[in-house]
Amino acid sequence: MIGKQLIDQFARSLSDERQHLVSAAASAGTVKREQVLHNDYQDLDALRKLAASIKDHTLHHLGDYLAQAEQALVARGAKVHFAVTGEDACQTILSILQNHGVTRLTKSKSMAAEEIHLNPFLIQNGVECLESDLGEFIIQLDNDVPSHIVKPIIHKNRSDVARTFQREKIAEDFNDDPQTLTRRARVFLREKYMQSQACITGANFVCADSGRLLLVTNEGNSRFGMAPVPVHIALVGIEKLIPREKDLAVFLNLLARSATGQQLTVYTEFINGPRAAHQTEGPEHLHVVFMDNGRSKILASNCREILRCLRCGACQNVCPVYRQASGHAYRSIYGGPIGAVLSPLLFSERFPELADLAKASTLCGACNEVCPVDIPIPDLLLRLRDKAQRQRIHSPAAIPMAPFAALATSPVLWRGAMSLSKAMNHLPIQITPLPPARAWFDQRALPAFHGGDFRKWMKARLKNKNRKPED
Amino acid sequence: MDIPVALPLVKRVLLMGTCLCDAIYDDVARATVEVLEHLGLSVEYPAKQTCCGQPAFNSGDWSASRKVARHCAEVFAGDLPVIVPSGSCAAMNRHGNLLQFENSPDPSITSLASRSWEVMDFIFNGLGVKFWPGAFETPTRLAFHRSCHSRGTGTGDAVRALLGSIKNAEIIPFGQSEQCCGFGGTFCVTFPHISGKMGTVKLDHILDAHPDCLVGIDMSCLMHLSGLARVQGRAVPHLHAIQILRNTLQA
Repeated sequence: MIGKQLIDQFARSLSDERQHLVSAAASAGTVKREQVLHNDYQDLDALRKLAASIKDHTLHHLGDYLAQAEQALVARGAKVHFAVTGEDACQTILSILQNHGVTRLTKSKSMAAEEIHLNPFLIQNGVECLESDLGEFIIQLDNDVPSHIVKPIIHKNRSDVARTFQREKIAEDFNDDPQTLTRRARVFLREKYMQSQACITGANFVCADSGRLLLVTNEGNSRFGMAPVPVHIALVGIEKLIPREKDLAVFLNLLARSATGQQLTVYTEFINGPRAAHQTEGPEHLHVVFMDNGRSKILASNCREILRCLRCGACQNVCPVYRQASGHAYRSIYGGPIGAVLSPLLFSERFPELADLAKASTLCGACNEVCPVDIPIPDLLLRLRDKAQRQRIHSPAAIPMAPFAALATSPVLWRGAMSLSKAMNHLPIQITPLPPARAWFDQRALPAFHGGDFRKWMKARLKNKNRKPED
Repeated sequence: MDIPVALPLVKRVLLMGTCLCDAIYDDVARATVEVLEHLGLSVEYPAKQTCCGQPAFNSGDWSASRKVARHCAEVFAGDLPVIVPSGSCAAMNRHGNLLQFENSPDPSITSLASRSWEVMDFIFNGLGVKFWPGAFETPTRLAFHRSCHSRGTGTGDAVRALLGSIKNAEIIPFGQSEQCCGFGGTFCVTFPHISGKMGTVKLDHILDAHPDCLVGIDMSCLMHLSGLARVQGRAVPHLHAIQILRNTLQA
């Protein structure tokens, strides 16, 4: 019973201004998603379930599809690498860069890269690595971490950005007009694109049949990144595979609508492979790094449905706990419901210290309702709670449940407790020092106890009824 | 009063009164009995019932909650429908129990799952009662908080249809109605700050719509919301939907 839940403490320490920023942007995201999806689809649930079943099928045959994708990619002239851990992936990417003599590169947004801290690793190893997604660029300048999958700087406002630009000499003066800010970032980034020697991207999908990668962005930054450089490296989690290109009809229709309320992102890029002889531009070398980093373990666990995730962020937007606590409360790059499930599983060696994330939910199910691949997030949170309990991981502020179970399996004791509860009406329970009672009464009143009254009423009613025929 | 009943074969039902009605909200359990009897059913209340086990289940202590669930399944054994005036206890019977017994399926648990109904869902979808011939004396604005555990069930539509058909009743929309109230069982005391903020946001939206009464299908949500409202000096009348059905018949 001692201690406090970290996420609750974080939410308490959050300034009203930050909380409002996050909450307003998240709610707006939920509203936009709802409007566009319900406008465009009559039976949205059927589409979500179809997407879920395609993902499940792929995961069930992941070994086969990986082999197929590798073959197709190689046939297109790409080099395929496999990385078991995050460190492997970092090392693989570093040696590719070294082989090509790359010391400067741009990187478009990739949660997989965030997950393995690729940026700091490359910088440590002497590679200048610039984020080209506007939000990630600002995160990098601020030495911050993203707090939302799709909107990494959901916790910042334009004045924050203007101050950063001034501090980092991207702009000479303070100007927080959004258009000016964007223009200034563009001028800065365009020059960097031209100086860079490679481009690192993620991939939203890899089609096993065709061996083509699919990238979606709204800023076109991955296109700019790839245009002037000879080397393109795509870092891809192994769960990003889909069997056929035509399955994109399902996923692309769901992804942008769920993520940003757009019917389609501004840029949807198919990567055919390295530049062909007849093409005039594009990287001559394409390296695809398939990364496991804990995903196989998740696939073997009872939480495998989380691997369906498309990283759309809809669950973060709709989550009332996320709206109050913000993404950083979840102590990982994945915040909100997806993070509460994914982080303790992906970073399984840190499970004991991340087990509290699964508790930060009322299990309201809004996340499942908006999920484009119908992930039963509340069920997964419950399974993780069960796992933590079985591993006897201490949970701050938890109420011990063994006494409750003893009471609830003994009808006599239970009825006694119900009758006793009425006595509480005459006691000053509002000032009891028990932490759970304190937590309730600090903010809420409690109605009077009527313990056992219904049972009495029911008994009397039954007696009356039985008497009636004699009357 | 003639009310079409689609499941005429059901003559008897078991009432799972819920621990909250046992301890505090006795009138909700009474209203459930009165409405079901009004519909021609005989209602039995097994005296050995306690709780569905949800507090332990949601806390992750499944060895504790499985004990409670087994007791519950034993108390409600048989083949009669089990009617629950709570979306979350019904969801525990119908879904939570299957989850916590997924590795060791238990026929009594599966049976309980298949027979459990949230009461409004039962009346509307089980019995087929599609309108309610009750009346408010004056126009009454009802704000219906759906309660999260009824997501994906027939309860929401059932409440909107039945309450909406009551004379002089108007179900009024309010902002962000898909959002949770912040109760969440032990969540409300283990994450008190977030819970309180969520409840306050919910109250803001509800009270902005100026309801005459806040209606729910889970007294736990209403206990949390009304408790917050009282401390914040903006108390709001609140009733379970089944109380509205009963009260408007009596009017």
